[in-house]
Amino acid sequence: MALKLKGVLYKYFEEDLGNKSPSLLKYNPIHKKIPVLVHNGKPILESLVILEYIDETWQGYPLLPKDPRERAMARFWAKFIDEMCLKSIWKASWSDEKERVKAVRETSELLQFLDKELEQKRFFGGETIGFLDIVANIIGFWLGALEEASGVELWTRQKFPNLSNWANEFVSSSIIKESLPPRDKLAAHLRNRYGSAEVSK
Amino acid sequence: MVDEVVLLDLWASMFGMRVRIALAEKGVKYEYMEDDWRNKSDLLLKMNPLHKKVPVLIHNGKPVCESLIIVQYIDEVWKDKSPLLPSDPYQRAQARFWADFVDNKVYGVSRRVWATKGEEQEAAKQEFFEIFKILEGELGDKPYFGGETFGFVDIALVTFYSWFYVYETFGKFSIEAECPTIIAWAKRCMQKESVAKTLPDQKKVLESLLSS
Repeated sequence: MALKLKGVLYKYFEEDLGNKSPSLLKYNPIHKKIPVLVHNGKPILESLVILEYIDETWQGYPLLPKDPRERAMARFWAKFIDEMCLKSIWKASWSDEKERVKAVRETSELLQFLDKELEQKRFFGGETIGFLDIVANIIGFWLGALEEASGVELWTRQKFPNLSNWANEFVSSSIIKESLPPRDKLAAHLRNRYGSAEVSK
Repeated sequence: MVDEVVLLDLWASMFGMRVRIALAEKGVKYEYMEDDWRNKSDLLLKMNPLHKKVPVLIHNGKPVCESLIIVQYIDEVWKDKSPLLPSDPYQRAQARFWADFVDNKVYGVSRRVWATKGEEQEAAKQEFFEIFKILEGELGDKPYFGGETFGFVDIALVTFYSWFYVYETFGKFSIEAECPTIIAWAKRCMQKESVAKTLPDQKKVLESLLSS
């Protein structure tokens, strides 16, 4: 998404996580994970680090705000989403019955913080899509696909009106749409990989 | 306008120390407020309602949270002196990656070294050295993680040095024996005034832990 927003041409290599390529192991020997951006032969790792690198390397569309305080806030919420929200959402989607109720409630509490952050804003970045919107893709796009795959309802329009509005706008914006796989394809993939035979509502 | 800078912190917090080093490197005057981890202040709960944790930097009344985010903020606001991050985007990305690595790996395993026993502790000790060996590899021959100058990754990691005596006492091992390069690097950092004045004495940290 970031590369498209900047208008950068890039080559995409699909990795098979069950059978990691020699390239992946060469460029990311420590964590052996994707994504890895390789720019002029040099690897950059960790999605948030890559996003900042892209923003600093290619001028034009700004991903992060200019003001240091706003940048600090964007980084803070990005960390919150990546570390706390993602974990909670995952647990809520795939845990067994016992753990699920607690995890769903926890996810709800975390999403409240984000919903509040969006008050009176069109996007997390303000009037235009930015760094934090891209990071929040896990909520804007993935959450719907996860719900479809796991059968667990994690949020409603009523409970999180700001987040719902934001998610619709974000996902329908043309550049973002181009970068995302079809939702049902993602849902099927998640169901195959993580779902169990008996997923009850 | 005169800047009003307040730091909410705990003296033995390796995360808070990062912020104190950064402020010292930049020569920023600030008011230090010691919080009480057993009885968190109203100010802390107001300034960091999400995590309720120190350190929190309050700059002209507005809070900034999360130690590495605060250090980057300090670097961007007081940008005329002692840059903490490199200017080249690729080097900056490397610095951010390694600082994140320290955050994600070092704290967790170190805590398990002193807070657990038996098999769990043995596993933690092994992981501790694996992680520090990786860090030694990254440091290589360089005087600092940042290269010739002290920087972001050095700040992220050196504060753990004040807790080394705790890890060694509980873990019954010597960090110098396994990772001499790390110890040499830490001592080099301690030659810097900002680090020497910030890091508490290692024995004091142990005493405080034992008495709490």
